[in-house]
Amino acid sequence: MLDWLQGKLSRRQSLKSAGQLGVFGAISAAAGIVSPARAATGKGAKKHRRQHAGDNRTVGRVDHKRNGFDPHAILTDWERGTLSTDDQGRRVRTFDIVAIDKEIEIASGLFFPAWTYNGRVPGPTLRATEGETIKVNFRNAGSHPHSIHFHGIHGASMDGITGAGLVNPGEEFTYEVSARPFGCHLYHCHAIPLKRHIHKGLYGAIIIDPDPELHPEHREVALSRQLGSEENARWQEMVMVMNGFDTNFDDENEVYAANSIAFAYMLDPIVIERDRPVRIYLVNITEFDPVNSFHLHANFFDYFDHGTTLTPTLRTIDTVMLCQAQRGILEFSFEGFEPGRYMFHAHQSEFAELGWMSFLKVES
Amino acid sequence: MSRAHAYFALPLAALVALVALLVWLKPFEILAPGAPPVEFLAFESVRLEPGIIRATVRADGSEPVTIAQVHVDGAYRIFRQTPPGPLGRLSSAELVIPYPWIDGETHVIKALTSTGATFEHSIDVAQTTPDVFGPPAKLLLLVGLLLGLAPVAIGLMSFPALRQLGREGTGFILAVTVGLLVYLLIDTLGEGLEAAEAVLERFHASTLVWVVAIVTGAGLIAVGRRGSRPPEGITLATFIALGIGLHNLGEGLVVGAAFATGETALAAFLVIGFIIHNVTEGFGIAAPLTREQPSLMTFFGLALLAGLPALLGVFLGAQAVNPLWTAICFGIGAGAIGQVVFEISALVVRQYGAAKIAQAPVLGGVITGLTVMYVTALLV
Repeated sequence: MLDWLQGKLSRRQSLKSAGQLGVFGAISAAAGIVSPARAATGKGAKKHRRQHAGDNRTVGRVDHKRNGFDPHAILTDWERGTLSTDDQGRRVRTFDIVAIDKEIEIASGLFFPAWTYNGRVPGPTLRATEGETIKVNFRNAGSHPHSIHFHGIHGASMDGITGAGLVNPGEEFTYEVSARPFGCHLYHCHAIPLKRHIHKGLYGAIIIDPDPELHPEHREVALSRQLGSEENARWQEMVMVMNGFDTNFDDENEVYAANSIAFAYMLDPIVIERDRPVRIYLVNITEFDPVNSFHLHANFFDYFDHGTTLTPTLRTIDTVMLCQAQRGILEFSFEGFEPGRYMFHAHQSEFAELGWMSFLKVES
Repeated sequence: MSRAHAYFALPLAALVALVALLVWLKPFEILAPGAPPVEFLAFESVRLEPGIIRATVRADGSEPVTIAQVHVDGAYRIFRQTPPGPLGRLSSAELVIPYPWIDGETHVIKALTSTGATFEHSIDVAQTTPDVFGPPAKLLLLVGLLLGLAPVAIGLMSFPALRQLGREGTGFILAVTVGLLVYLLIDTLGEGLEAAEAVLERFHASTLVWVVAIVTGAGLIAVGRRGSRPPEGITLATFIALGIGLHNLGEGLVVGAAFATGETALAAFLVIGFIIHNVTEGFGIAAPLTREQPSLMTFFGLALLAGLPALLGVFLGAQAVNPLWTAICFGIGAGAIGQVVFEISALVVRQYGAAKIAQAPVLGGVITGLTVMYVTALLV
């Protein structure tokens, strides 16, 4: 705050040059001919006050309690459902999801009339293991017809489109889909108009862990992905759903973020342990813009597109571009790095400055 | 209370009762259950200092407007609002936004309210707003004099030449003056209506420009004819100078505002065009004096009356005035010009007869005046 005052005090230096410009310019402008921009280019370089990266952000803090979800908790709160074995001997994992209309605060003081799964955006991160059968009891408590369309393998009647699992307000439906292929996937509402139903907040991640027994050639890798395994415990896993919000409904987003809250991980960096590897399940569901991206500072990562392979599809990159519904797994490590804050953000500067800007705080 | 008063009380009481009922019962609320609030936000003025944007905004709407966040050039920026908190209907606040704006380039400010509505303002060419007490004061003074006083004074110097004209020539010159002033009237109203566009809708600023113009014009006509004699000679010249002065005040405000917001174009030859254009104003003031013996002091007075308001306007305008005041100033200017158009026309009718005004010398004069103004405006 003090620097900003000091900047003000030094402004007199620059006034003279500005004044000279004004004489002719003002006269011509008065007469009604105002030439477009750039008339003044090159005149009197002004001394601007010292800049802080911290100035490019929202003011205030979001009340996560009122929202009912916290972007830091969302990173790791896997929804595992309940596992049972049915009479055919299948392992069935059951989840309950309810669609609710809910106003959420996406930047301090800025409210969005969202449609949510389970009262949060993104919806719960469903996590299952390859080969299981997934059952989702879906209830629509919202004001419009909704559905859940899974990016995965399932029959036509379970597709979550009109005539196949579209649920009217007050009604219910149980989706049954296969937990395959393993990977990092997406579910979202497929009611029409699609664009509006997606950008209002009806989407979430679904992660299918590979079954190590089915992948003897990459058993170690598969084990490391399997939540609850000893190998997996080493990893610092988190899910990030890249999204945007069009608060004035002009088909352009006013807010971009990972997990909905603008600048959430910039204002409160994600703390990670330096010597343990990091795995990010990354999903892009940004509406209106053709692509979104993820860029990591000062480091490189391996990328598994859709997470459906156990060997990287792209190695040693620091930026990855995803179209809408594209997703993947990022693996990297800060082992041996200098402790400190490492930035990551969309490398569309526009998205970054509209909220999709974050820090990892690496601690030794 | 007389019976006549009682009759007026009846509809008044009925109206009060109806309004009270509407306020108390709120019957219209069922029409909009849970409807989002209607919000408006107008940027009234924007001042630039190195590294800082100061914007004054005024709110309107069905509920107080809360400014949640601010974008500058499509990026969230920290800002401070004074006074803080939600903005009630028609109340205003200043937003102070630290931002490394770039000299000569365009910047866009966008305010996001709590409901996610957005309100935008474009700074077309960014430039430091001059400090009225700082070094540019001298330059503003120069601008004001060049805009107003100098051209009017030069125009008045045509007086000896105008005196050489005969009766017919004088009539022609008066008609030319009407043409010049009609051009200025249109121009002034246009500028006023343009300024009105930036004002919150509730103020009905464009209607206000017309109302102010009509009230001013009618008022000045009444003042000018209070001795039951229409103004002529020096009195008429004074009214013309007043009208032109008020026009120049409005023009000065726009110049000053352009200075403040940086809508400036850099070309020295434009100054020449502007002076030529405004010289015609001095010519118009001199026209009704041809049969008088005005003293030199009279000329000084007339030049100051017509020219100095431009200077005042430039200084006020540079402080980023509310566009509502600018619109009102133009309305006053238009009314004052309307008055002199009326009085000069009346003078021509009195001296040359009503039949004459539809004939070539007079019509030709009006057309000449309009054409001269338009052509010199092209130079600007």
